[in-house]
Amino acid sequence: MFNQSDNVTKVNLINRRLFIISAAKIVIFFGLTARLFSLQVKEKNKYLTLSDKNRIREWKLPPVRGEFQDYFGNVIAGNNEVYQLHMIPEEIEDFRYVVLRIKQILDLSEKDFQKIIKKKKEVKPWETIIISDNLNWEQFSKVNSYLYDLTGVKSVLSVSRIYPYKENYTHVLGYVSQANEEDIYSNEVIKEKFVPGIRVGKIGLEKTFEKQLLGDNDIQRFEVNAYGRRISQLEYQKGSKGKNFRLTIDTEIQQLCNELLKDKAGSICVMDIFSGEIVAMHSSPSFDPNLFLFGINKDDWQLIRNNPMKPLVNKTLQGNYSPGSTIKPIVALSALENGIVNTNFTVHCTGKTEMYGQTYHCWKKKGHGFVSLRNAMKQSCDSYFYEIARRLGVDKLSETAKKFGLGEKVFGDLFSIEKKGLIPNTQWKKNALGKGWLLGETIITGIGQGYIQTTPIQLCLMTAQIANGGYKIYPKIVVDEETKVQEIDKFKPLFNKSKNIRIVQDAMFGSTNEVMGTSYRSRINNPKYQFAGKTGTAQVKKITERDRELDLKTFEIPYEERDHALYVAFGPYKHPRYALSIIVEHGGNGSTTAAPMAKKLFKLVIDRHKKREQYNNKRYLDI
Amino acid sequence: MIRNNYSSNPTWFQKIKNYDYVLVMCILMIGIASIFTMYSTDGGQILYHTKSHFLKFSIFFPMMIILSFINIKFWHSSSYLFYLVVLGLLFWVALYGVKASGSKRWIDLYFLNLQPSELMKIGIILCLARYFHRVRTDKINSFATILITLTIIIVPTILVITQPDLGTSVLISLTGLIILWFSGLKIKYFFYSFIIFLISLPFVISFLKPYQKLRILTFLDPDRDPLGSGYQIIQSKIAVGSGGLTGKGFLKGTQSYLDFLPEKHTDFIFTLFSEEFGFIGSMLLLIIYAIIIFRIIRIGMSSRSFFSRLYCFGFGFAIFLYVATNMSMVLGLLPIVGSPLPLMSYGGSSLLATMIGFSIVLSAKVNNNQVIS
Repeated sequence: MFNQSDNVTKVNLINRRLFIISAAKIVIFFGLTARLFSLQVKEKNKYLTLSDKNRIREWKLPPVRGEFQDYFGNVIAGNNEVYQLHMIPEEIEDFRYVVLRIKQILDLSEKDFQKIIKKKKEVKPWETIIISDNLNWEQFSKVNSYLYDLTGVKSVLSVSRIYPYKENYTHVLGYVSQANEEDIYSNEVIKEKFVPGIRVGKIGLEKTFEKQLLGDNDIQRFEVNAYGRRISQLEYQKGSKGKNFRLTIDTEIQQLCNELLKDKAGSICVMDIFSGEIVAMHSSPSFDPNLFLFGINKDDWQLIRNNPMKPLVNKTLQGNYSPGSTIKPIVALSALENGIVNTNFTVHCTGKTEMYGQTYHCWKKKGHGFVSLRNAMKQSCDSYFYEIARRLGVDKLSETAKKFGLGEKVFGDLFSIEKKGLIPNTQWKKNALGKGWLLGETIITGIGQGYIQTTPIQLCLMTAQIANGGYKIYPKIVVDEETKVQEIDKFKPLFNKSKNIRIVQDAMFGSTNEVMGTSYRSRINNPKYQFAGKTGTAQVKKITERDRELDLKTFEIPYEERDHALYVAFGPYKHPRYALSIIVEHGGNGSTTAAPMAKKLFKLVIDRHKKREQYNNKRYLDI
Repeated sequence: MIRNNYSSNPTWFQKIKNYDYVLVMCILMIGIASIFTMYSTDGGQILYHTKSHFLKFSIFFPMMIILSFINIKFWHSSSYLFYLVVLGLLFWVALYGVKASGSKRWIDLYFLNLQPSELMKIGIILCLARYFHRVRTDKINSFATILITLTIIIVPTILVITQPDLGTSVLISLTGLIILWFSGLKIKYFFYSFIIFLISLPFVISFLKPYQKLRILTFLDPDRDPLGSGYQIIQSKIAVGSGGLTGKGFLKGTQSYLDFLPEKHTDFIFTLFSEEFGFIGSMLLLIIYAIIIFRIIRIGMSSRSFFSRLYCFGFGFAIFLYVATNMSMVLGLLPIVGSPLPLMSYGGSSLLATMIGFSIVLSAKVNNNQVIS
């Protein structure tokens, strides 16, 4: 009985305690439910995002670069399909064997072979190794016929830059090459769009317009596992191609420039005198920018670097040359504008002038006799210009010269390498050299020697602004490009009396089209092509008395000591439209070397003019 | 009272009639769910884990049914033996056990790597239930009783701690303590020992191994090392959370499929289930567990013998404890202690122990009118 009652107490006790525990259990189960609810219902989106972040990874592909076209829409820097060979190490059973096979098939060097072996150690086994990023068709087809034997090796069609006109546009466009660390750090856009193997502009317009040229990356979204291995492709987001740019340059004329300057060092530029459009701009010697696409090989690089004619220098924009006699139109104009001379003013040229204890020689030993302004320009009489420069003074001269675009960057920020040249005045010399200006220096500045330095593009702009009647223009090289510079003073007159401009134009006409003119032999009689110009010969070294006595022919002088040959011109004379400047380094003489080039150029430039107009009109009609 | 014919052995007909089909169905449902989940952990293929788990379940489930027809008296009489055998096995493990990933927990039985600590979870309930079955109310709070019961609890606990397996040892001792609770040990003792535990906590922590301390730190702030010690819990929460209301769908749990989830076969199986079946699926699973626990307690309530009652309450609490611990752990409510989810997790010993536990409960049900002297 006791046992029984004890059992009852025990049972009562256990039931009471069970009740307490059961209550605790219910509370805890509710707690779990609440936790599940908060994770799965309330914060679902947060965790879903985290889960997607885990499993989805993006791979950027190189963006497709925008193209460059010439004025007529021909592609001058385009995108080419290239054949590449990729491989994925984990899909290959015997890596060494496969690489050896490829080495045999493609004729790779031992160095390339070691490079691939090394690369394999650096990447994860499922990451792609690019064996070759530019196979030619022959190699490509050869590899393709062996692919059955090479599992894990893939032939891939990719896109790469191509410059179809090779060296013709190198100094305008520049070139692209693999992005290096400096490119990435200096340019936000490159940093953002960087993928291994991306090509970016190194110089020229390719660099200037990098931001717009770079397209948007194609993006591949893959599902990956916890170890980063791609499981499946979820999405392929096509990026957009970069912006296309149309240049004002006419390829035909550009090619002629290249031809004319073949085997010479120098520059030619041709400009529309009203719109400021650059029709051609070439610096010689040039080089093939395609060499840089996949990394230039050492031999090619040495060849370019060590060429004494300096192909890497863009002579049109970077070349600071003494303008020589090509400055004379500005000197004459400045003198006329400042009322120093009139058309009747004459100077007696005896071949040399004594001034301030120095002897200044005219290029013609016998002298020109009595010369007026027109004759002095025509025959490029130095004595005349010594005299008017002396009367004018360097400060007034530099004022006029600067007005016409000398001593200033023509393209502003467009080309990072562009030089300003130098138009000296008394103030400049005091500041820069700490010395007072000497009158003798004014005299030689009058014939474009001494401190004065100009770039070929500046001379071209100067000539264009004389040719268009003396109005300010802004040169441009890209069609429809919004310029950062406010062109508020476009077509602002640069003269006081337009008659003065006409006098200079006429003198230049005489220089080319009249007997005794320095470039008379290069004239074209057909009024359609007739042009007016001014020759120039810039001394590279001071001419000594001995040199004068020897009076050597150009080819007898060592190359580095020969004079630079210059020529500036505009045409057609009746209704001017184009201006050009030519410089041939160490070319000897402006009238024999540079002026004949102008003759050939004007023929083509004026022939192409109609096409240019038509193309433009048609474009507007299409719209 | 003299035994009446009630207390005599029930006939087969009575046994069948008396069987708890709801409980069996619930166990079967979770078993099937676990096989499908295992199939999902194998990435939607019938691979090692699926095959092995299916095989074990299809052996142990019928075994449970068969064992449940054994008279409860047998379990009562062999309780001490069961406990001692398992204790012996624990000693055996300490001496000759199989070592894996830094701890010595297993005995190699060729067809099965037996983990005696899992069996001890049942052994301790059986042993203490039998002990208290005989103890009279006025003796329960005596010094001798407390000493004996504490010894019964502490010896296996220490053996398991030294394996080392902190999680299981805590679960074993908690299961033991709950029997003390049910048997009527004064509440003030629990209160005092809780106070002592709190005071000694700093000392206990200083005895913990560095990786165990790290787990606690990680639990408090998983983001302190998201790719290292915090990785498991962060990924687990992401998996559960991203499941949402209805889940990502069977075989579509990206967290597990793409290997972001660690230990997905064993401790984190609920995470996978929850990711694929969402809040609704998880609630269903939780409800089935609740029904199981409720049925176990109901069987205990209807049992005439104190042994059966104590065993059922104890086992019911143990199941609750394992479920609650495991789920809290994967949901980031407790530090990662490494305890499987009963019936769901991969692991033969755990399944075996749970099935034996259930067979005793079912036996108690079949023989609920049995009085054990």
